[in-house]
Amino acid sequence: MARVTFRVGVVTFPGSLDDRDAARAVAAAGGEPVRLWHADENLRGADAVVLPGGFSYGDYLRCGAIARFAPVMRTVLERAADGMPVLGICNGFQVLCESHLLPGALIRNDVRRFVCRDQRLRITAATAWTGAYEPGQQVVIPVKNGEGGYVADERTLDELEGEGRVVARYLDGNPNGSARDIAGIANATGTVVGLMPHPEHAIDPLTGPSADGLGFFASVLRTLVAA
Amino acid sequence: MTGDTKVIGTLDTVERAADSPDEPQPFADLGLAADEYATIRDLLGRRPTAAELAIYSVMWSEHCSYKSSKVHLRQFGEKLPPSDRLLVGIGENAGVVDAGDGWAVTFKVESHNHPSYVEPYQGAATGVGGIVRDILAMGARPVAVMDPLRFGPADAPDTARVLPGVVAGVGGYGNCLGLPNIGGEVVFDPSYAGNPLVNALCVGVMRTGDIQRAFASGPGNKVILFGAKTGRDGIGGVSVLASATFDDARQSKRPSVQVGDPFAEKVLIECCLELYAAGLVVGIQDLGGAGLSCALTELASAGDGGMHVDLERVPLREASMSPEEVLASESQERMCAVVSPEKVADFLAVCERWEVLATVLGEVTTTGRLEVDWHGERIVDVPPRTVAHSGPVYRRPIARPADQDALVADTPARLPRPDDLRALLLRMVASPGLCSRAWVTDQYDRYVQGNTVLAQPEDAGVVRIDEATGRGVALATDGNGRYTRLDPYAGAQLALAEAYRNVAATGAEPIAVTNCLNFGSPEDPGVMWQFSEAVRGLADGCLTLGTPVTGGNVSFYNQTGSTPILPTPVVGVLGILADVAKRTPMGFGAAGDVVLLLGATGDDFGGSEWAYAEHGHLGGTPPPVDLAAEQALAAVLRCGFLRSAHDLSDGGLAQALVESCLRRDLGAAVAVTGDPFVALFSESTARALVTVAPGDADRLAAVAGEHGVPLTRLGTVTAEPTLAVDGVLAVGLAELRDASESTLPRLFD
Repeated sequence: MARVTFRVGVVTFPGSLDDRDAARAVAAAGGEPVRLWHADENLRGADAVVLPGGFSYGDYLRCGAIARFAPVMRTVLERAADGMPVLGICNGFQVLCESHLLPGALIRNDVRRFVCRDQRLRITAATAWTGAYEPGQQVVIPVKNGEGGYVADERTLDELEGEGRVVARYLDGNPNGSARDIAGIANATGTVVGLMPHPEHAIDPLTGPSADGLGFFASVLRTLVAA
Repeated sequence: MTGDTKVIGTLDTVERAADSPDEPQPFADLGLAADEYATIRDLLGRRPTAAELAIYSVMWSEHCSYKSSKVHLRQFGEKLPPSDRLLVGIGENAGVVDAGDGWAVTFKVESHNHPSYVEPYQGAATGVGGIVRDILAMGARPVAVMDPLRFGPADAPDTARVLPGVVAGVGGYGNCLGLPNIGGEVVFDPSYAGNPLVNALCVGVMRTGDIQRAFASGPGNKVILFGAKTGRDGIGGVSVLASATFDDARQSKRPSVQVGDPFAEKVLIECCLELYAAGLVVGIQDLGGAGLSCALTELASAGDGGMHVDLERVPLREASMSPEEVLASESQERMCAVVSPEKVADFLAVCERWEVLATVLGEVTTTGRLEVDWHGERIVDVPPRTVAHSGPVYRRPIARPADQDALVADTPARLPRPDDLRALLLRMVASPGLCSRAWVTDQYDRYVQGNTVLAQPEDAGVVRIDEATGRGVALATDGNGRYTRLDPYAGAQLALAEAYRNVAATGAEPIAVTNCLNFGSPEDPGVMWQFSEAVRGLADGCLTLGTPVTGGNVSFYNQTGSTPILPTPVVGVLGILADVAKRTPMGFGAAGDVVLLLGATGDDFGGSEWAYAEHGHLGGTPPPVDLAAEQALAAVLRCGFLRSAHDLSDGGLAQALVESCLRRDLGAAVAVTGDPFVALFSESTARALVTVAPGDADRLAAVAGEHGVPLTRLGTVTAEPTLAVDGVLAVGLAELRDASESTLPRLFD
């Protein structure tokens, strides 16, 4: 049953920026990255999918609003419904919210500026993408966004917290005004995760603030082995 | 005779021009001098058509033709140091150097000063976009940007308008393009109040065999315009192309600042790289200043010399545009390629995949002339070299400014020196000239592409270019207008020396130089003296250091009324690291490490940060330049076993100690000898603050001795969060951090 490697697809939309970084992170964690093209419905055998950061379609209209209609997203949505792990990072998180795979929305940072900084987080839930972390583990990974303020109605926020679906919270200062310091959330089954910070930029202390982000990619591989 | 308008609907064809030699033309409104206009008539043997006049006027503008600077810039070629690194030199879109292992690196810095004052966000954004296309046109993947910025006083009301807009524009465009911003400068001075300097640098990487050139060769090859549609934006950005000239109704006058679309550029980058990889391009040129006028004439004059274009094929955003407007438009995110006929279909298919609009405009010919038709009628028929290369050349009058002697005589020796160095340190650390730039740089993505090894506030940005080997480049830009005002020859060399030192501090080997020369009006003999001295200083300095100038940019007319900005040559230095894992960071790394000073300290306060911040004083002479000492220092900095290295410059040793402590929250206990004020705040050059592991101090002494670099042991790095200078001052890091980091947020939040 257990395979040697698992294929993790990384979607490139026009305007995706961190797609190569996400693919590099998948490889660093021991997975096989598979590059997926927005206009192609074929997931090329991917066992899990990453929607990377960037400015898909220039973020015109609304962040992620156009990308959700890309042909590749039809298949991603179908497969996600069957339990395929999906991680949306930053712009990918926005796409997941626009696709209604995750509740809520991301709005302009409360500071009204793009913010790039090394951010301390607490991992607060074990999901398909965070199982490799200790419960409550603190990590430092970059956050970089202009529209990263997570919002949802109070009931949804209560629900997310009550069901243990808040995946990560900001520590040492909330960089964008996200409700309840939420940095990431999961769907009810913990397979689909949206995260505003960028774990793919923290896979090697040489090029990032730490290697703490590798755990997201290691987690999904572990999840796939167990499946 | 200027300001005349023509009858609506009349196309000024070549035939018509020949038949109406005496028709008045608005050449002066277009920025051409009477003798320049006469030269054009001589070159053509008739009056130019309106379209030809549009082309000549933009191409013979100061910005495009370098007519006032050319005679001086020649020195960069004449004094070119021997280097086996230089693959493409001055004259192309950007210079290219050999980075080893088959890698080629191209880099260039350019100005976008005036548009950024008019419209800070778009001016800065399109400045980034323009330099990125220059790098892309060389065949390279752009891998990083840097932005040297200069503004009026930090607390001036207009700075609160200009700075946030410029920073948001740099970030908005660069972040969306996916290019890490790895460094730059933020400088404040009253002379920039009405004339901010927004310079943008881009660096790109390719294999040495993949360099692209801007020429149109091979008769029958197709000329293809691709990227964004052409609109009325940017008309007048290069010369004073008043729309009334071409349009009787004046209703079409638009803001002359271009508007950027970074998403279009991101797609254009990926599209171009795919076109290059597939071998579909013979020659390529980006569209920047002077738009199609520039691209067509430069491609044609660098190739076989002939080109035919059907201008009405250019996709327009506004159908009513005149052919003159189409030629002059500076709409962003466009490129022009020369493609052999059998590859056109493949070329267009790649563009379609990226949803990039591409249009065949014409083809390369053997006529030796650039012929442009508009719906079948000939509106341009010129020898392209006369446009691109036969522009006017001026030897502007040069005169040492009358106040120069008085300025130099007014040395900082008369300034009272402080007793309370602790209070001084806190004021200096918080001063706009020295405080933390995080408010600015946190708006830039430094992580994208995953290859950024060092970024601001480090001395230089370091980017990995080869993941397999760890090979990478280091880049720094520097410029000091105050030093240059006091002595332009030395000032340019000091900018070079500082950038060189910054690159060396990372452990890299500095190999090449780019520059952006920001000055006042070339028609002011005093400014021209500053310019000529600065160029001479930079060329001599590059020859001495063995770092060729690979390209750059001149920006004149930076002044408010008749008052020019401080003369500001911004120098970018590129270095090579064989393995970025071995780079030296600037921050103290571990308690117990030994803190040492490399280099000699004199009493150097002319043009210093202290003199300016504490006394508003500018006078005397800048610190002495010693390029041999810089080379020796660089050799020591490459020893390979430094734990940290930070160059000393503005604010002297005190500032370097503070920054090295704050980087990773480690304290230092040090002692200085002699006058502590001089030891801590003098700005003598060729110095660096370094640390080594406790057992390596003797090793460093041996290396420094071998290179003749003075070495002073200052103390040790401490876990206790305090910067303590024995018997002089002690300040907790929290207090220092607060002083450093609260200034810009207080001013701009």
